[in-house]
This record gives sequence, structure tokens and C-alpha cells, in this order.
Amino acid sequence: MTEAQTTASLTQHVRPIEAGAHVIAAAFLDGAPALALADGVVLMGEPDEQKRVVVHPDATILTAVGDGSTLMTGGDDGRVVASRADGEAQQIADEKGRWIDALTLRGNACAWSAGKQVRARDEAGVVKTWSAPSTVRGLAFQPKGYRLAATHYNGATLWFPKVEGAPQTLEWKGAHLDATFSPDGRFLVTSMQENVLHGWRLQDSRHMRMTGYPAKTRSLSWSQDGAWLATSGADAAVVWPFKDKDGPMGKAPRECGVREARVTIVAFHPKALVVAIGYADGAVLLCRLADAAEIPVRHPGDGPISAVGWDATGARLLFGLESGAAGLLTLPA
Amino acid sequence: MTASHERQKIPVTVLTGYLGAGKTTLLNRILSEPHGKRYAVVVNEFGEIGIDNELVIGADEEVFEMNNGCICCTVRGDLIRIIEGLMKRKGRFDAIIVETTGLADPAPVAQTFFVDEDVQRAARLDAVVTVADAKWLAQRLRDAPEAKNQIAFADVIIINKTDLVSSAELREVEARIRAINPYASLHRAKKCDVALSDVLERRAFDLDRILEIEPDFLAAADHDHEHDHADGHHNHGLKHYHDEDMQSVAVRLEGDVDPAKFMPWINRVTQEQGPNILRCKGIVAMKGDPNRFVFQGVHMMLDGDSQREWKSNEKRESKVIFIGRDLAEEDIRNGFLACAA
Repeated sequence: MTEAQTTASLTQHVRPIEAGAHVIAAAFLDGAPALALADGVVLMGEPDEQKRVVVHPDATILTAVGDGSTLMTGGDDGRVVASRADGEAQQIADEKGRWIDALTLRGNACAWSAGKQVRARDEAGVVKTWSAPSTVRGLAFQPKGYRLAATHYNGATLWFPKVEGAPQTLEWKGAHLDATFSPDGRFLVTSMQENVLHGWRLQDSRHMRMTGYPAKTRSLSWSQDGAWLATSGADAAVVWPFKDKDGPMGKAPRECGVREARVTIVAFHPKALVVAIGYADGAVLLCRLADAAEIPVRHPGDGPISAVGWDATGARLLFGLESGAAGLLTLPA
Repeated sequence: MTASHERQKIPVTVLTGYLGAGKTTLLNRILSEPHGKRYAVVVNEFGEIGIDNELVIGADEEVFEMNNGCICCTVRGDLIRIIEGLMKRKGRFDAIIVETTGLADPAPVAQTFFVDEDVQRAARLDAVVTVADAKWLAQRLRDAPEAKNQIAFADVIIINKTDLVSSAELREVEARIRAINPYASLHRAKKCDVALSDVLERRAFDLDRILEIEPDFLAAADHDHEHDHADGHHNHGLKHYHDEDMQSVAVRLEGDVDPAKFMPWINRVTQEQGPNILRCKGIVAMKGDPNRFVFQGVHMMLDGDSQREWKSNEKRESKVIFIGRDLAEEDIRNGFLACAA
């Protein structure tokens, strides 16, 4: 990213993609771009040689998550489907028409939820079920060990799918939405209906409150070193420091990419302390944490950015909009 | 928020009514009529809908307290999630209907549209439609607080199963309803045979459409197409009921209101009496403002805006209406009158 100082804009390095439907997720499969679209399609391949794979026929993709080789999608048809770069789509689950509300993926293990019901599937394909006290909105695997966090009303629950006995519930009043573990596994952070983030230090269940958001945070992204958590929900990407043992407690967050538009999506670069930021007005920019230097990737227009994703090397950035527009940035060498 | 954006929002109709009143009958009617519209329907019990509809969504009524220190600030968490999901496929439907369970309080549904920014961006509450059983409503108003809430909250009330009662009983039940909610439009029906235009696209929560709210229930009854005008509504033969705990308070103030007095007052009233106030609305002539100020609220939540200009032939006067339980009527009346400029 040394060219950041000299590059005024990256917009000319973006190839547009006509996705045609609300982009739910932007991912890379074995290095090739893949967009999960609300109309049930996964759009795969380079901008000039894309193929549309219908993975949820006549249904809506509600949630999707990619890990570099698999793009997993959950639909309002109740199905969970894993798509790979060769276009092969494998059905993982069928919850008989119930909406898939949340998904998470780690290696060959995955988990999904439909209403209160949470299912975890291990590497061997063994599926375990747990019923939450209320509808689950977010799922995340703990970085080490086969343990899953599920958010719900009034807290989050940590569940070992292979262990009998009651899961551990972390209580905090209010409706919890998305969940993410810090890469070192020390912290669990959830976004909430009340425009705040809540966190727990898992070692002692100590609470952390991260407040000041004018809107709900629906996008959370960790820096590669695990020291920073970038978040959406304000007119800048709000980046919290997690390096110390107390996490962000008593510390002010950094603000990146301050504009007069709400940040909808954030995605940290996989190698550098640079965050890609998507806004409600359609703009995308890269912002360097060290000096808040900004480089535009997409000019405003066409409505909110709904998905942003980096490839594994950090050379390419894929993004999509609610309106069905999309683009692929290739950073100049 | 521009007017055109407001028009693009998906309208949401909330269907309430005590157990057995006929909500599902009305829902099936709406879905089966050849109106050319596509509805996404949120229901609590699958299987009762006789119409094949690809967009019937089962929901658990999950009422969440907002963690913001306001005890009556509850929302339907499931509805936030469902609307978020539906908005990913905007082209598939034109409107949303939410059927609540017979024992449900309509407030959390309505408050969802005040509280959640994402829901507000995508959808607008069109009206709360309550189906009432002509034969059993009077009894339910005595023994079921939920039934009374549903009547008090409604923008549109359908008195169903009128064929099962005498005309005297029907007038009695109408009078009972009017004692609680004089402002809802009232329709008589058998098997919910109402015109769909009386139920859908009402824009009852639209600030632009807080029309001439008339604090006189006889005049309010004029909006009722089903009324038999030979029936004595315009003489004083109609019995006036007073409901013991649920009532409406309407206050009119001639001339202008001082915004420096009114704004703190309306905020204080809705804060102090919010748990008891089910609905409120008003049109206010603010001193020095050429535009009408309109507002509406649910419990402690208020939504207000400067609306169109007062017309030259229009008398500048202000009116406020509160519907609620055990309202401090004199406080409200005196408090509002003290806001005079």
C-alpha cells in the first residue's frame, strides 16, 4: 500500500459488474470473485466471463458468508448451500421453508440458524441442534475449539456442540444482532438493536459497552493482527482498539473515512492496516488507519453499498450495492 | 425524507382482533380478491390461510423491550428481522400485512415503525385494522383488556358477524366502541365483507393525512359508509356510553399556540402519561408559522412535522386528541389550553 501516498484515486482501476440484484455478500473463491445475490443466484468469475449459478431457485438469499474457497448461502427457502469456485453447489441443510437467519463458516465446519433453532455441522458432517431462548440473529465460531456463539434477546450463548450439558449464557439486556470473536479468542463482540456494541472478555465475562452510534452496526471487521475492530453504523468507520488486555475499555476509537453519509460496510485489508469502507450513498473508499489517509474507490451514487470483500492476498476488492450494481477493484502493482 | 421517497415505502397493514373475531376471514378475503396486488403476509399460525401464497411468513411474536430506559418502549423483534429480509426482494410484493395473535397488544407493532431506522427506511405503517365480533365484543370489553386495547388502538374497526345480532345490539356495540375510540372509521360486516379500500391503503399513520380530526364522535361517525342514516345517528337517540377506564380526550384551542410552551408540554405529557396513552394525534397552529404542524404518537413515541400551509379560508386553530387508559383529562385539557400564544 505504499502507493497510497501518491495515488489520488483508484476509481479507474475498478471494473464494473452488473449484478442485477441486491448484493448480499462479496467473496472470492480460489481467487475468483463471487457475489451472492438476493434473487437466489451466485455470480461467479471475472467481470467479463461471469456465470450465474442459481443456488436458491425462486427464493431469496438472506445471508451469505465466504471463507476463500466456499461461499455459503442461506435462503428464505430454508436451504443452506455451499458453492465452490467450479460452480458446484452442495446442499448442506433444508429447514423446510423456514428462513435461514444466520450463518457462519470455519474450515469444513459450519453453523446456521432458523428462528430459535441453531444447528452446527462439524468437519465429518455430524449435525447437532440447540434451541435458543429466542430467535438467533448472529452466529460465530470461536477461533479455537469447536465452540459457537449465538446471539439472541438479552444476551449471547456459547455452545460446545459436541459437549452435553447446558451452554454458557452471557447476559446483557436488549436484542443482540451480529456476533464476532476477536481473532485471539479473548473477546466476543455483538451489535445491538439499540445502536451500541456489547462485548464480553471471555476470561471473566467482564462487560464492555461501545456506544455513540447513530445507527445500528451491521458490519464488523477485525484487522489481520487482531488489534483493531472496524465497525459500521456512523458517518465514519469507527475502529476500536483491542490490543490491550482490557480491550477498548476507557479508550477512544479511531474514526476513518469521515463523510456526510452513513457507513454500511467495513472490511479490513487482509495484510495492511487499511480498511475498505462502503457508505449508504454508494461511495467506497480505502482508509489507512495510521494517518486516516483516504483513497476513493467508487464515487457516490446508486444507493447503499451492501457488501465488500477482499481476496486472500489483498490485491483485489469486490463490492456490491443494494441496487444490484457491483465492481471489482484491482490495486495497481 | 421527500414525499416521493415516502410513497415508495412498502405499506404495512396490521390486523388485530380478539380470538374468533374473524381476522383470518378478512385475511383470506384480502388475498383472494382480484386486486392485482401481491401481499407478503406475516402470520403467527400457519395453516389457517386458505389461499396459496408464496409469501406467507410464519413469525413468533417476539416483543422486545428496548434497552433505553423506557419501559413502554417495546418492539416486535421478529418484525424487524422479517422486514429486513423482505426488503432484499423488493419487487416480489406490493404491501405487507401483519396478522397479530388474538391476545396481542398492537403497540409493539406500531412502535417498531417509530423505533427502527431500517424498518422506517423501507416500510410505513398504513393502518391498524381491528376486527370485532358484534356478538361478543361487549363481553370482551368487560373481561379482556387486550380486546379493549385493540379497539382503542385501531384506525379502522370492522364490526363483524352483524347478522348474528339484532339492530339494537348492533347499536349498543357501536356505542361501546365509540366510547373508547370515536375516531376510527367503523364498518359493519358479515363474514368480513368490507370493501378492501376501507381496509388497505388508509395512510392512517401518514402525517400528511391527519385530516380534519374532529373531536366529536357524531361527526366522526360520518366517515362510516355502512351507517344507516335513518337509524337516528343524527338525532340524539344514540346512547352515550362512558367506558370506565379507556377514553379519549380531545381539546380544541382557537388561535395560535406558542411553540416554546407547546413542545415541552407535549413531550412532558407523553413522558408522564405515555404508558397510559395508546394513541395521540394533533394539528397545531404554531405562532409565526405559515404551515400546519401535525404530530402523532404511540405511548411515549412522537413523530411530528411541519406540514402544508394553512389555507386562507381556514381558521387557524389547534386540536389534539389522546386515546388511553385513565388519562388525566383535566391536566391534558388545561395543559394544552395554557399553550396558547
